[in-house]
Amino acid sequence: MQNFDSSNVSAFKDVWVFCEQREGKLMPTDFELISEGRKLADELGVKLVGLLLGDNVEGLAKELGGYGADKVIVADDPRLGVYTTDAYTKVICDIIAEEKPEIFLIGATNIGRDLGPRCAARLHTGLCADCTHLDVDVANYQDFLRNNSVLAEERITKTDSAKVLGKPHDVAKDLKMTRPAFGGNLMATIICPRFRPSMATVRPGVLKKGAYDETKANAVEVVKAGFELTDADLQTEVVEVVKAAKKLVDLVGAEYVVSVGRGISSDVEGGIKIAEELAEVLGGVVGGSRAAIDSGWLSADHQVGQTGKTVHPKIYVALGISGAIQHKAGMQESECIIAVNKNAAAPIFEIADYGINGDLFKVGPMLIEAIKAAKAAK
Amino acid sequence: MEFKLSREQELVRKMVREFTENEIAPIAAETDRTSQYPAQTIDDLFRYGVMGMIVPKEYGGAGADDLSGAIAIEEISKACASTGDIVATHNGLCCGPIIAYGTEEQKQKYLPMLTKGRKVGAFCLTEADAGSDASKGTTTAVLDGDHYVLNGSKIFITNGYVADIFVVFAMTDPSKGTKGISAFIVEKDFPGFAVGKHEVKMGLHGSPTAEIIFQDCIVPKENLLGVEGKGFSIAMATLDGGRIGIAAQALGIAEGAYQEAMDFAKVRVQFGRPIAKFQNSQFVFADMYVGIEAGQLLTYKAAVAKMTQKRFTVEAATAKLFCSEMANKVTTKALQMCGGYGYTNDYPLERMMRDAKITEIYEGTSEIQRVVISGNILR
Amino acid sequence: MKIIVCVKQVPDTSGKVAVKPDGTLDRASMQTITNPDDLNAVEAALKLKDETGCEVIVVTMGPPPAEGMLRELLARGADRAVLISAREFGGSDTYATSQIIAAAIDHMGLENDDIVFCGRQAIDGDTAQVGPQIAEKLGLPQVTYAQDIKKDGDSLTIQRALEDGYMTIKVKTPCLITCIKELNEPRYMSVGGIYEAYEKPMEVYDYNLLKDNPLIDVNNIGLAGSPTNILISFTPPQKGAGQMLEGADQATCDKLAGILAEKHII
Repeated sequence: MQNFDSSNVSAFKDVWVFCEQREGKLMPTDFELISEGRKLADELGVKLVGLLLGDNVEGLAKELGGYGADKVIVADDPRLGVYTTDAYTKVICDIIAEEKPEIFLIGATNIGRDLGPRCAARLHTGLCADCTHLDVDVANYQDFLRNNSVLAEERITKTDSAKVLGKPHDVAKDLKMTRPAFGGNLMATIICPRFRPSMATVRPGVLKKGAYDETKANAVEVVKAGFELTDADLQTEVVEVVKAAKKLVDLVGAEYVVSVGRGISSDVEGGIKIAEELAEVLGGVVGGSRAAIDSGWLSADHQVGQTGKTVHPKIYVALGISGAIQHKAGMQESECIIAVNKNAAAPIFEIADYGINGDLFKVGPMLIEAIKAAKAAK
Repeated sequence: MEFKLSREQELVRKMVREFTENEIAPIAAETDRTSQYPAQTIDDLFRYGVMGMIVPKEYGGAGADDLSGAIAIEEISKACASTGDIVATHNGLCCGPIIAYGTEEQKQKYLPMLTKGRKVGAFCLTEADAGSDASKGTTTAVLDGDHYVLNGSKIFITNGYVADIFVVFAMTDPSKGTKGISAFIVEKDFPGFAVGKHEVKMGLHGSPTAEIIFQDCIVPKENLLGVEGKGFSIAMATLDGGRIGIAAQALGIAEGAYQEAMDFAKVRVQFGRPIAKFQNSQFVFADMYVGIEAGQLLTYKAAVAKMTQKRFTVEAATAKLFCSEMANKVTTKALQMCGGYGYTNDYPLERMMRDAKITEIYEGTSEIQRVVISGNILR
Repeated sequence: MKIIVCVKQVPDTSGKVAVKPDGTLDRASMQTITNPDDLNAVEAALKLKDETGCEVIVVTMGPPPAEGMLRELLARGADRAVLISAREFGGSDTYATSQIIAAAIDHMGLENDDIVFCGRQAIDGDTAQVGPQIAEKLGLPQVTYAQDIKKDGDSLTIQRALEDGYMTIKVKTPCLITCIKELNEPRYMSVGGIYEAYEKPMEVYDYNLLKDNPLIDVNNIGLAGSPTNILISFTPPQKGAGQMLEGADQATCDKLAGILAEKHII
């Protein structure tokens, strides 16, 4: 790290992706980042490099090549098998100081968000957290704004330049990192004009994984990194890594809620089973209207509404719920409401973002399949 | 005149409001339905220093002022008048007279129990045949060497079957009427103390009301509160303070009902628009608002009077009379705003309406408040 | 032993978020609260205080009105407060902010048995960067995403949450820990605490006090010293009125799943 100068912007080149592995397996977000990194490297006309740290992980490099990496730098060491802040930060910052990439992307996993800020502080550069969209090319970026903001065209066209330290600055070469703030009520695009690398952690599951190309996989250049790491560099000790089934989320904190109402009365067990399956596919929990609780179909802690819990999940699915005012009081703040009901005049459709006028026993299983398929395609 | 709460009073409001929204509101309906004493809530209110908050620091309390005390009752009662009642009784009617009339030994012994010791307090004045007319009490206290022997029974005692410490009024000289009444601090473990019938009430289901029976109950002589024969004036002065608590409770109930009705009226659509858009609804809300504002001013004024004046009888009676009647009007109107929904127990309004009623009755009925006020202003 | 807890006053984004026509946040019209994760950090500190009797210091960087938040934390049980406030610090990004806070902590003096707690992230920016960056500037080991903390002498055993479980990490003091909501249930203010809050010490650290601290480079603070710049901020298109999907067959469901996938909400 000696003589490293992050402000000498023109000395930096290439797009790098930190390829996180756990237990010797690459994380899904690595492929999303490599695919996105490919796009950015092409826009800049530079190489895409994967940075892989672990214990005996060289074999993983080929797959990264298949998704677009030109080169993979591998740092192999028993001390890098399990993530520790100290070891990873030291090795990565030392390699970056030597090789000087202009962009460095990290998946915004619990590990990536531990590592990213520590590296950025050591390298004295900017980091944008939890990005959902990245661009270098200005025209592409402006198209993105046209489709995803309410900004006026004159404001959009002005985004080719920014005021930096009071002077106009051409952003053509800067990574434009877009992220939600204030709970998604506001979006912001961040640049790091005066320092390199421009660093971003990227929200998992948002960017698309590209196609796998066997030829590219075989062509990837694998380089062993030289680095120094001793036990003295480590200030923490990982005692164990425990895989635990996700704690049963309570209704209030759940990101996905599938609720059933009176509409399941013809086949209570079947209706609840559909709700449970749909909740499982989405990664959420089952709720119920007052009718479902009072009838004893679900226990009281499942109740959504005036007398139950107030929820605000990303998606609220109402299966066979008419949408009485007591129920709406507990779920109308949901980000996205999907209602399935046989009665086209059901009040739930007034507040639903997406309504399907149909039988939940038929639509439910189809919806499960559709969401499974959509998730698999990602 | 400055209409501004102190920094501490503002924080007390914020703290009790947060606690109420998170810990009390979610269980208020169940507390009412099951008539369960909210033991966990009360324990938490001890932990956070709300129970016994007006007790000076040196005796284990927070040393809060009376306006903070009223604000706490108001905030709690927005969600649960039962809990408000338990706290108001403990603070105003048990801690209050011990702070005001207790000897140093009594304060050192009992006030830490009523704060850090997490023992609940109660106040025993009313008897079967002595309600508004306290002079007709028949519970007696006879001095026998180093102790008094109490006989008789008290009814409608708030916190009756959960309290450990009771401020009890009994005749030490029945021939003297009100001048023969004395006050005592009684522990539930004293020999001859018993809890009688648990009352089933129209409202305040979570507030434990019971009969308290004294059968040759042995009360040490040093537990006489104040001097012999001064019990009636202690009771009346204590009730002056207690009435501020009931005014705050009624105010809180009204505010809770008002908010519920407003939330409902904004989303309830009839004839193609939210019912809050109809002028009748708007006028009803305006009336409710004015009642609440007036009640709050009277209540806070009475609390400040208690902090700054020797006597505040009229201020307290005025606030209590106005707020209790206002709360009954507001809960009725708020329930009406919600129509059939308001009448069901899906909404808290029917509970609030039932809870509001008692505020016109206990710690002096509205009629007694009028007696108190007129007696003072027509002098 | 002392515990320093870094906290931030943030707009309450759980209620209605007001945005001005130019796309920036209308902070004036929003309530401010103590950042929720920071309350977990304060609680973690107060729990250790309950056990060990150590001193708890809350520190924030912000404008003078942030004093109100600090008083509330004193009312919860913290012993003293430090408000880092200066015009020169305004506009700082996470890099610049962490440098200033690190300098403030350095000024307080960090001893061998001290701990720094932070919330995982603040709800206004959701960056989760300031904690680790303070640790880097102070040269402290860090453990982020703490969901369980046990102290045994100068050693802490921490469960660090992962997406699919956790890792157990041992670290020695002094160290920096960021806390998540699973760690504990923050206590409320107490009435007694409220009546003491305005009597407890509150210090203001201004530019002159910190500018010569070795951890601060005056060229790297404030807006001018921040590596990142905001190119533009904007509001996403408003949520349109709901729509009834045509049909109720597999094609309808596939279409819906497609929309959800496109919006990244599944």
